[in-house]
Amino acid sequence: MTAQTSNSHFSGGFRDPAIQSSHVFRAAMTAMARPGEIKPITGATPPEGLSIAAGCLLLTLCDPETSLYLAPDVDHPAVRDWITFHTGAPFVPAQDADFAVGGWAALTPFDRFRIGTSEYPDRSATLIVELPSFDAPNAELSGPGIKTRAEITLPDIEVLQANAALFPLGFDTYFTAASDICALPRSSRIEPLLMKEG
Amino acid sequence: MSDYNFAYLDEQTKRMIRRAILKGLAVPGYQVPFASREMPMPYGWGTGGVQVSAATLTPEDTLKVIDQGADDTTNAVSIRKFFENTAGVATTEETEKASVIQTRHRIPEAELSEDQILVYQVPIPEPLRFLEPRETETRKMHALQEYGLMHVKLYEDISQHGAIATSYAYPVKVAGRYVTDPSPIPKFDNPKMNMAAIQLFGAGREQRIYAVPPYTEVVSLDFEDFPFEASKADHPCDLCAAEDSYLDEVILDDAGNRMFVCSDTDYCRSRRDAGHMGRLSEEAA
Repeated sequence: MTAQTSNSHFSGGFRDPAIQSSHVFRAAMTAMARPGEIKPITGATPPEGLSIAAGCLLLTLCDPETSLYLAPDVDHPAVRDWITFHTGAPFVPAQDADFAVGGWAALTPFDRFRIGTSEYPDRSATLIVELPSFDAPNAELSGPGIKTRAEITLPDIEVLQANAALFPLGFDTYFTAASDICALPRSSRIEPLLMKEG
Repeated sequence: MSDYNFAYLDEQTKRMIRRAILKGLAVPGYQVPFASREMPMPYGWGTGGVQVSAATLTPEDTLKVIDQGADDTTNAVSIRKFFENTAGVATTEETEKASVIQTRHRIPEAELSEDQILVYQVPIPEPLRFLEPRETETRKMHALQEYGLMHVKLYEDISQHGAIATSYAYPVKVAGRYVTDPSPIPKFDNPKMNMAAIQLFGAGREQRIYAVPPYTEVVSLDFEDFPFEASKADHPCDLCAAEDSYLDEVILDDAGNRMFVCSDTDYCRSRRDAGHMGRLSEEAA
């Protein structure tokens, strides 16, 4: 994952963009349609600071028509150059962003992201949140896309519950860890996972 | 494969459509505006569905295309060939073998699985359009959940006909929030929209995309004393004897003879292959 750091920002993109982005999108779409489900995505080798999964999502979804906010923890010249070369997405402040990338703490506060309007709820931000891993589920989801219940690892349950309460407004989130993604649309209802006793 | 980019559309167009699909899945039943492109087929032939399919397909997919349930009508055949040529994907007529199914006005009889995607071709995506022609107004009505007008329309059906006479494009409420047009599927198909597959809707001329994620609650609007009824012709299929499938009525001659036959050609064929015989099986053979 860190092997490409010595390379220039010209490297690390999709070798076959039409095919690889179709695979990444299918995984991203399935993840958004089935909240909490973990999907592997590969193909991009972004510079150090971005996970493979976040890099793949950016290459698949961003272009000169989408504005992007980089949280301070990923806002390095190497990352900026890589994103600019491969997507052409303009960098903007958080409140104007279609997409935002970064760690959870660095993306705080969350009330600055666009949540859409009541007539156009789609005009909202999509957050790409980098997590260390998905192996500590702490919340349970229900709602569209979930048969009964789904478990998910969330960095802050209360903030995301507040976002879900805005439905049909709110931002949508992809969580990324290494080369895995997991989605949390605004439509999911979130409950803290009760720890099993004994 | 041909000299087209994979699945015909350029990458920037596909990204734009993909972003609309993701927002559609996040807000089930809400119509996301998108910059629909001109496609090499006329409006009304599934340009919206084709664009959604093009943005969704991967080279490993197996595509099935149906038109009113049939795999072998002009519209279905030409869209299937379009993607054979531009995406190089495998195609099938068997519902179980397909990973992506593009449909015009039917949901297949066979139950769809979690690994399948159903893409609907939609002519008029706005369920309120014939009640309120102004887009600015219908947007406000959706924003405010002001759906009284739709109930008035269904009530007027009852007052005039004694029952809800709407038989296709029967309005549904998705995930308890948005009243949505299920595309002109017969209301017989409405209950099937509570399914395991991902449902995507594309309206090319009207430039809208919307979606229903798996296992999402889809409720057909009705009244307590006039509950929704998924109706079909009260007949078995004359070729395969199926009692549970949606039927087309076919006029046979000038003497008023007619037959009823499954609208889903793959379902009917698989039943006949399994040995089921209908009233007219002998003559058809």
